[in-house]
Amino acid sequence: MKAKETKQKQETTQVNNAILENDLILRKRRVRRTKINEGIRYAILAIVGLFMLYPLVWLVGASFKSNAEIFTSIGFLPSEFDFSGYVRGWKTSTEYTFTTYFINTFKIVIPKVILTVISTTVTAYGFARFKFAGKKYLFSILIATLLLPNVVLRIPQYLMFREFNWLDTYKPLIVPAAFAVDAFFVFMMIQFMKGIPKDLEEAAVIDGCNSLQVLLYILIPILKPAMISVALFQFMWTMNDFLGPLIYLSSVKKYPVSIALKMSMDASALVQWNQIIAMSVIVLIPSLVVFFIAQKHFVDGITTSGLKG
Amino acid sequence: MAEVVLKRIEKEYPNGFKAVHGIDLEVKDGEFMVFVGPSGCSKSTTLRMIAGLEDITGGEIWIGDRCVNEVPPKDRGIAMVFQNYALYPHMTAYNNMAFGLKFQKTPKDEIDKRVRDAAEKLEITDLLDRKPKEMSGGQRQRVAVGRAIVRKPEVFLFDEPLSNLDAKLRVSMRVRISQLHQQLKEEGQPATMIYVTHDQVEAMTMGDRICVLKFGEIMQVDTPLNLYNKPANKFVAGFIGAPAMNIVEAELISEKDKAWLKIGEFTFLLPEEKASKVKNYVGKKVWFGIRPENIKSFETNPNEENNYATGEVSVVEQMGNEEFVYFYMAGNQFISRLNPEKVKQISLRGSYKFWFDLSKCHLFDFESEENISL
Repeated sequence: MKAKETKQKQETTQVNNAILENDLILRKRRVRRTKINEGIRYAILAIVGLFMLYPLVWLVGASFKSNAEIFTSIGFLPSEFDFSGYVRGWKTSTEYTFTTYFINTFKIVIPKVILTVISTTVTAYGFARFKFAGKKYLFSILIATLLLPNVVLRIPQYLMFREFNWLDTYKPLIVPAAFAVDAFFVFMMIQFMKGIPKDLEEAAVIDGCNSLQVLLYILIPILKPAMISVALFQFMWTMNDFLGPLIYLSSVKKYPVSIALKMSMDASALVQWNQIIAMSVIVLIPSLVVFFIAQKHFVDGITTSGLKG
Repeated sequence: MAEVVLKRIEKEYPNGFKAVHGIDLEVKDGEFMVFVGPSGCSKSTTLRMIAGLEDITGGEIWIGDRCVNEVPPKDRGIAMVFQNYALYPHMTAYNNMAFGLKFQKTPKDEIDKRVRDAAEKLEITDLLDRKPKEMSGGQRQRVAVGRAIVRKPEVFLFDEPLSNLDAKLRVSMRVRISQLHQQLKEEGQPATMIYVTHDQVEAMTMGDRICVLKFGEIMQVDTPLNLYNKPANKFVAGFIGAPAMNIVEAELISEKDKAWLKIGEFTFLLPEEKASKVKNYVGKKVWFGIRPENIKSFETNPNEENNYATGEVSVVEQMGNEEFVYFYMAGNQFISRLNPEKVKQISLRGSYKFWFDLSKCHLFDFESEENISL
């Protein structure tokens, strides 16, 4: 009887061992397969990434090349580092240096970003949390402006600002931002607010907040990632805006960098490409810096739609 | 430190849906009142109207000696604990609790004292520097309760505060809230508490009185035991108690000068004191209700004169200290609660003899569903 039992036990152990061994082989195979998959994935990503980044790398490289070398060599490394593009480019062929143009740009960008963040937050708060007559229609109109191409508005807007005597000032570029004209941002903020549980605000109301205090003390701290995203987008878009300043500004003294760059292209018959490229690189820097500073919040802002209490 | 009186409270939404149909209720000073009912019975809406978070479309709410219909939430002397805690995620536990006091312009040391006192009471002193996301559900809920305590409100409002917690934690928090109520009373600052739940165990164990709601109407307001033993209508009878009361259609007949209940082919003798109350219903259909523990085994009650019936057992649920026997009799399913130590094992799919203790039964009017046997 006992012998039989031992035999049975032995058999079971053998079977178990076989299963384990088989398991181990399978697992090894699986690990190998995931490793291969991973390798392929990274390779593809690296190639695509390189492909996307190459123009930028080339731009940086070309900014150190001499004007003659830019169009003769395809590689991005200059034969010798030539900083004259930066030095001369900064001086420009006009009576102002890029310092003026950068200051001008920030005179537009900073107030515009601040106004946009405030106005879109307040507007979104209104749409997301309050009931008022005609809310549905107003919201549809807001969304409809998302679909409206900006170009269509240029002429009537121009006429309007001319009537205001705002031409050749920064007002046409800045003031609209105070009225939450960027429907996209408003929409984004509304979506964010919808993700915040209403209980929080109700708790705050019981704690003694009025509507404005709810916004200031409760919603804004939670909305910070979304607001940073809005600021970041607006910063980059305004930095890069070419058409707006081109239409409304006429004196060179007030030009932002986007126009100044273009200007150095047609100032003389012989285009100094190395200077233009060098200045382009410099113009890219603020956006890059701001993006990397805000990156963490920005990614948070895109990925988290709501918060659990 | 205040009573809450609802006078014909109504809530009608702009789309015409009427959620609350004229509720009259008096919550006494220092009382623990529980609102209970199935989902959609407007218990939360009623609570939110008391809090001032929801408009009142009819009637009056009185807290203490003033009508608060037009008073903003912060001035009503209330504090509320929400189902999903509603802690401000960007503030530490300390600031969460102190936030409301800061708005009341309470002096700093007073705030500090109150927050630390409350934290001690709830054993969350070591959590005060943490933010909500660094806490577990139970800890968050305790902070939320703490936030209510520091305001020293006259009325505490709880909106299903435990339903997001796991079963074990729910029991301990339940006890803690009851203790809090007791403690405040002993400290000489008794607080009126109104507690909304859909869990009848919470309702039964915590409430001084329970208000059972259905579709925005009060079904019955009474102490837990009275609700259990003397349900005013069929709804309350079926809602309170687990497993639920067995309620089936029956006919009341009179034979040999005695009142009998006829359920299918079975007849049960109605005891004299019940029979006298339902004289007028002889020959009519009624709802017959009997709690599972009043359907007993023939083994424990072998020598009764009447009221034995044989049912076909379909399921036996073992609870350890008791067992629930599901059986079919005259086409209706019944549940019996038996003591497994006193009866032999019951075989499934077999028939089994039960004894119905009709002295503990309830009869309800077939149309109005009111209890006619009280």
